[in-house]
Amino acid sequence: MAWFDDLLFTYQNLAVALGVNGLLALSMYVVLAVGQLSLGQAAFMGLGAYSSALMSLQLGWPFWAVLPLSCVVPVLFALAVGGPTLRLNGVYLAIATIGLGEVLRGVYLNVDVLGGAMGLSGIPEAAPLWLIYAMLALAVLVLWQVGKSGIGRAMEAMRLDETAALSMGVNIRRYRLATLCASAVLAGLAGALSAHSTDFIGPNDFGFEPAVTILSFALLGGIGSPFAPVLGAWLLTLLPEVLRPLADVRLVMNGAVIVVAVLFLPRGLLAWRMPRHVRPGRAA
Amino acid sequence: MLLQTSALSRHFAGLVAVDRVDLAIPQGGIHAVIGPNGAGKTTLFNLISGLATPTAGQISFAGQDITLLPADRRAQAGMARTFQNIRVFATMSVLDNALTGLHARLSASLPAIIARLPGFRRAERDAIARAQAALALVGLQDRAYTQAGALAYGDQRRLEIARAMAGGPRLLLLDEPAAGMNPAERAALATLIRAIAAQGTTVLLVEHDMPFVMGLSDSVTVLNFGRRIFAGPPGAARQDPGVIEAYIGHKAAVRLAGQAP
Repeated sequence: MAWFDDLLFTYQNLAVALGVNGLLALSMYVVLAVGQLSLGQAAFMGLGAYSSALMSLQLGWPFWAVLPLSCVVPVLFALAVGGPTLRLNGVYLAIATIGLGEVLRGVYLNVDVLGGAMGLSGIPEAAPLWLIYAMLALAVLVLWQVGKSGIGRAMEAMRLDETAALSMGVNIRRYRLATLCASAVLAGLAGALSAHSTDFIGPNDFGFEPAVTILSFALLGGIGSPFAPVLGAWLLTLLPEVLRPLADVRLVMNGAVIVVAVLFLPRGLLAWRMPRHVRPGRAA
Repeated sequence: MLLQTSALSRHFAGLVAVDRVDLAIPQGGIHAVIGPNGAGKTTLFNLISGLATPTAGQISFAGQDITLLPADRRAQAGMARTFQNIRVFATMSVLDNALTGLHARLSASLPAIIARLPGFRRAERDAIARAQAALALVGLQDRAYTQAGALAYGDQRRLEIARAMAGGPRLLLLDEPAAGMNPAERAALATLIRAIAAQGTTVLLVEHDMPFVMGLSDSVTVLNFGRRIFAGPPGAARQDPGVIEAYIGHKAAVRLAGQAP
């Protein structure tokens, strides 16, 4: 039954990737929802992955203690980076957050205890698959509830017109910092869960390329509801598997799908927006 | 005084947009800041609402010095405004726009929001009722579920007023509310502004349309080249030689004075 084990192994990896990428897409969604463009999601994921791996490998702590702590580390970085950079808008914040990712990559490469270019291996595979999906479901639920509340309204208002939102009493700076922290929690969670299901992490897993991939999840899916970016992540995770027979032109097809989606579906594949209020008299 | 500015100035590089302006707006009534185009009216409004920071001078609101208070805190303190160029949240529903005006009044905790605790539900129901009342005030109650961007121009202007009024502000700032309106719409707007003032909200509006302001306001402040050149009742503004000169120019003012009986 070697072929069956093989199959299970392959799909186990895919199942982990779908869950983890779903969380990463939500991490991107939270920032885009207030109109900010941050490319620090991969960096936050790396912080979660490395800090959780160190806690498991060096300190031998149990996974249930490691998981929450690995969300705290990226938040500390988000707070440190957020203070000075959240004054920046548009592409400038994106550049600053790419900088964070590159600096951290340099640190991972050059600090011995972080494994250098070889990365860290032998991480206990302590994250069960059900936990990954439970976390994803929880994240979708929380973002759905918050999105439908006054907080979601303020977030959408500030994405549409910052000046008007400010004049309505929305504390723009606080919302930006809070969403960056929420984004760091989700990415850190994804990093810790992925590190503890794949046994190995390396510095290049969290560089510029994954940062752009995470952005494309949300671009493809859309940001009308928390379901949209997850859908985008799932499609972009499945697509390379489905296109595997195409071999060399696989990445070309992958890119073409993104270009076509951005050109023809500017609001994403799932343009449906979560309803905040139902007209009275209609079935609720 | 509900709102007071003293020697308020704003410089843009070499340009003095607002020059040592003293403004005193009492509680209640309708007050106007008028002046020719480029007189500094909108800059003064941005200074008052906190979207611009003054180069010098002070602003106090309801007895509190708010010179350094950020715009969102001023909104929370009971100041609401509309914009000269419409700034409704176009892809949100009309009701959601009005609800945004209540932002400062909603303070549910995150756990209450996520678990939909009774406190959150009650606050949200209450907010919707207030938002609906604000929409009814401007006559948009039947459009609550329409997308704001799909409303006609005049309706978008009224939605901005509803959004500003939803939170029950003490001071409503209207930046050129009659811009782009026809005479019938202007008359309806004047009625609406009177109704707002009758509810107890103090109204401060910026306009360059003199006739619209004259019939509506209890007091008028006239700006020209960033300076205050007149403050007093509207009737006196019409007679004031400085104001006449600012509007029609020096030569014409002299000619007009010569023709006077």
